[in-house]
Amino acid sequence: MRFGKRWFGAFAVGAALALTMTACGGGGGGDVEVKDNASFPAGTTMAKWNEAGKIKIGVKFDQPGIGFKKPGTDTPQGFDIEIAKLIAGELGIEPDGIEWVETVSANREPFIQKGTVDLVLASYTINDERRTIVGQAGPYYVTGQQFLIAKDATWFKTNEDIKGKKVCSVTGSTSLDSVEEKYGAKPVPFGSYSECVTQLKSGSVDAVTTDGAILLGYAAEDPDELKVAGEEFTEEPYGIGYKHGDTKLCEFLNKTVKASIDDGKWATAFKDTLGKADVPEPTPPTADPCQ
Amino acid sequence: MDALIENLPRILRGFLLTLQLFGAAGLIAFALGAVLAGMRVAPVPVLRAVGTTYVNIFRNTPLVVLFIVFVAGLPFLGVQISFFARAVVTLSLYTAAFMCEAIRSGINSVQQGQAEAARSIGFTFGQTLRSVILPQAIRTAIPPLASIFIALVKNSAIAEAFGVIEATQTFHFLYNRHPSALWPLFVGTALGYVIIVFVLAGIASRLEKRLAVIR
Repeated sequence: MRFGKRWFGAFAVGAALALTMTACGGGGGGDVEVKDNASFPAGTTMAKWNEAGKIKIGVKFDQPGIGFKKPGTDTPQGFDIEIAKLIAGELGIEPDGIEWVETVSANREPFIQKGTVDLVLASYTINDERRTIVGQAGPYYVTGQQFLIAKDATWFKTNEDIKGKKVCSVTGSTSLDSVEEKYGAKPVPFGSYSECVTQLKSGSVDAVTTDGAILLGYAAEDPDELKVAGEEFTEEPYGIGYKHGDTKLCEFLNKTVKASIDDGKWATAFKDTLGKADVPEPTPPTADPCQ
Repeated sequence: MDALIENLPRILRGFLLTLQLFGAAGLIAFALGAVLAGMRVAPVPVLRAVGTTYVNIFRNTPLVVLFIVFVAGLPFLGVQISFFARAVVTLSLYTAAFMCEAIRSGINSVQQGQAEAARSIGFTFGQTLRSVILPQAIRTAIPPLASIFIALVKNSAIAEAFGVIEATQTFHFLYNRHPSALWPLFVGTALGYVIIVFVLAGIASRLEKRLAVIR
């Protein structure tokens, strides 16, 4: 039952995507510019990756619109994926040279530290404590926390109505903490957002909370049952995770993101992914200085 | 270390919930286990069959699978209870199967003559079980029962993946909040479990000494 619904949801999205792709004859993901003549000072991480022609990037596989892998496909799709391809292209690496590794919220730091992945683009909110053990370049995107509720829910008018309600989010995410502290909701942790959405649909929890961008992806999958509600009440700057201390790499990442914003590739990446879920196009953020 | 000290109230709240899970599930499982053990040695074939089937189902199903069935399945049957209650139900039903077998092993260790003597002075099956067999059986069953109670404490950690903010869930949460404090948080949480298990083992060995009988 439980898996059935999920698979059906995934299938529906898959079918929708296939239709869209046919409609625009080719799709948005494929045509990334790969620099043939990319060269970097010897000894830098960028030179190493450029030499190898390969890179391992940690992304989410379960967040529609951001990082989502359809069952039966090899490559994930979403905004994080597009930005990752832009970066790889700047490094002179073909999209085929990217190894996509699934990361979940709890294993991003160890994956970077152990070298399981080279970079992390996985709705990875920048915060000071994380920055003491891993590097976080960017932000390349800023969203904010909202609520996903049943379409026919009448109890929700403003964010304050969430008081005392059962609100689901992923174990270890900062979203659960903020909703408890700010609105006095009862936090319910689960292993993934899709599990939370299942609990919401079965009526076991009243709402799901996390970054608005993620919720819109789920709402778009199931517009008859779910909707996103409320004002954004936090600021979530998404950063690019890398091994702590590599300042040159950080400067390269920030420069690449800045360039993509300036030449419109950032906006195109957004329009092709999150933009499809009716999210108003946001103002691109300015990157923090590298430490 | 700061992360551990700063969040001590939070960690203790987590362990309080672990203890509540353990207490509630332990009581229900023990009571249900005793009833099931009684059924498995009863002279009525139907009761024996029910008891055996129960044990076969719940002892042979992985606990995680039971959790998925009860946490995700109950709402579809129209049963809407809290995640804590669902965890208690799951842990109780699972643990009762093991309790039943431990108690049954104790019952089987009581000499046949005891039951025969009780029957010969006119006790019914129920009276024989309650007043003669079980009091002796429990003594033999204390060591395996203690192991099952200890396993229950640790098994309760699975509830962390099913919406209950107990000790392990709290550890998970805090680790994500303070990734640099992995070791203090991990050792602190593990120590909490060790303390609970030590107390249980202590109680068990006390009971064993006090109830020891020479046969």
